[in-house]
Amino acid sequence: MNETLQSALYLVAAVAFIVGLKRLTSPATARNGNRLAAIGMLLATVTTLLGQEIVSYTGILVGIVVGSAVGAVAARRIAMTDMPQLVAAFNGFGGGASAFVAATEFIRHPGAIDTRITIVLSVLIGSITMTGSFVAFAKLQGLVSGNPISFKGQKWFDSLLALAILVLGVLLVIDPTSLVFWILTLLSLVIGVTRILPIGGADMPVVIAFLNAASGLAAAAAGFVIGSTVLIIAGALVGASGLILTSIMVKAMNRTLIGVLAGGFGGTSGPQEEIGQLPVKRATADDVAITLAYARSVIVVPGYGLAVAQAQHVMKDLANALQERNVDVRFAIHPVAGRMPGHMNVLLAEADVPYDQLYDLETINRDFGRTDVALVVGANDVVNPAARTDVNSPIYGMPILDVDAATTCVVIKRSLSPGFAGIDNPLFYMEGTLMMFDDARKALSDLVTAVKNV
Amino acid sequence: MLMVSITVFILAAFVGFEIITKVPPTLHTPLMSGSNAISGITIVAAIIVSGRAEGTLATILGVVAVILATINVVGGFLVTDRMLEMFKRDPR
Repeated sequence: MNETLQSALYLVAAVAFIVGLKRLTSPATARNGNRLAAIGMLLATVTTLLGQEIVSYTGILVGIVVGSAVGAVAARRIAMTDMPQLVAAFNGFGGGASAFVAATEFIRHPGAIDTRITIVLSVLIGSITMTGSFVAFAKLQGLVSGNPISFKGQKWFDSLLALAILVLGVLLVIDPTSLVFWILTLLSLVIGVTRILPIGGADMPVVIAFLNAASGLAAAAAGFVIGSTVLIIAGALVGASGLILTSIMVKAMNRTLIGVLAGGFGGTSGPQEEIGQLPVKRATADDVAITLAYARSVIVVPGYGLAVAQAQHVMKDLANALQERNVDVRFAIHPVAGRMPGHMNVLLAEADVPYDQLYDLETINRDFGRTDVALVVGANDVVNPAARTDVNSPIYGMPILDVDAATTCVVIKRSLSPGFAGIDNPLFYMEGTLMMFDDARKALSDLVTAVKNV
Repeated sequence: MLMVSITVFILAAFVGFEIITKVPPTLHTPLMSGSNAISGITIVAAIIVSGRAEGTLATILGVVAVILATINVVGGFLVTDRMLEMFKRDPR
């Protein structure tokens, strides 16, 4: 295949990525957009395979067969609740691929000074993305504790590592020796681990989004190494999208990116403090069922507790039972209602909740005042009014769902224990709040039965 | 050459920012896994370096690069498709 034709086909692939991403911006066209991007990828791959640079095909074909099999099985088998881990792992594979590309190219020919700069960047970003993503995967999968893990002097250790990487990187650009290259690679792999380990489970949505951006930048860096425009374009697109998602998540959690990456905040269980001194109104399934059944409008606020209890399907049953009684049921989704951006939407989609019943925070917040019942299932910090009112609260300023504006607020929760931020929630003690202490799945299935009997 | 590459990178990043800002929160997870699959474009680089690698070590590293990138591409697009298939409009 001649070079001009090859470049033209790569350009078509790049356009397919851009148009594909654009179609991902609406639920009606998203599936089609993803397929278009996949076709672009197939085109780019075939174009490369038919190119003149390829001397030997054996290794490549083995790699493609093995990779396709692993990828296809993982994509088919994964449970929707485990999507954050899978995306984390895929981010890691993408970053790893860039690091391996840089290493292979370095061994063949370290090249001129500008190539060496790009090789250093590619191996650095790729390695950090790979090990960082694998640590995120292990935390989300529960293989290592979701709590921040650090050791004494960690900050010094990491600063020293970063300094060593910088020095070695400059050294490598000036004089490319193998030893320096491998030490640089090793240190990059290590810093990926030590930088992500101290980050708590609650901050994982930010970490995944950030590593997503990093995997894009790693691809772009690999593009610089081999001088491929399609890699640079695709990598830049993914880098940009990852950075936007990171910034959305950081804002929704009332955090800063620096604060998240510094680590030490928010384990999977917050610090326990003396709470529950104030009286709360307890309600049985029958009480709540009557409140719900005779309401005109109900807004459901699902949190991660719903996903943990695998209660999204029974939640849909309850919504159906209420809709049969002509109750208007909508779902309010907080941006961090899950373990990654948009995770709750996927879980509810899996339970056949139509996407036009799902509303984001800005859209639905003004409607709570005109709503009879807000039903909070397995959510806590995202409905804590202290974020609005208590300037001393650690979550002050965080955007929350204003469920306390509804006439009645029903909270389904195992106990009064605090959420990730480890703080008490004044909502539980309010006049219009009913507490139903139970596991989300059991509570919801009791409610389905009770509503049907009303 | 390097300057041309940097120009392309920056312009593409702006295109990315322009498109992605408009993605509704409902689609953030599929967007992330779909864009992640697109970052598997490294498969092109992996194939090129693997195809011209000389010596055992470089050959092995090249094949590993192809495997990792392929997992990223195939797995990413398939799982995104699986998710998007579930997103349905209210029939009523």
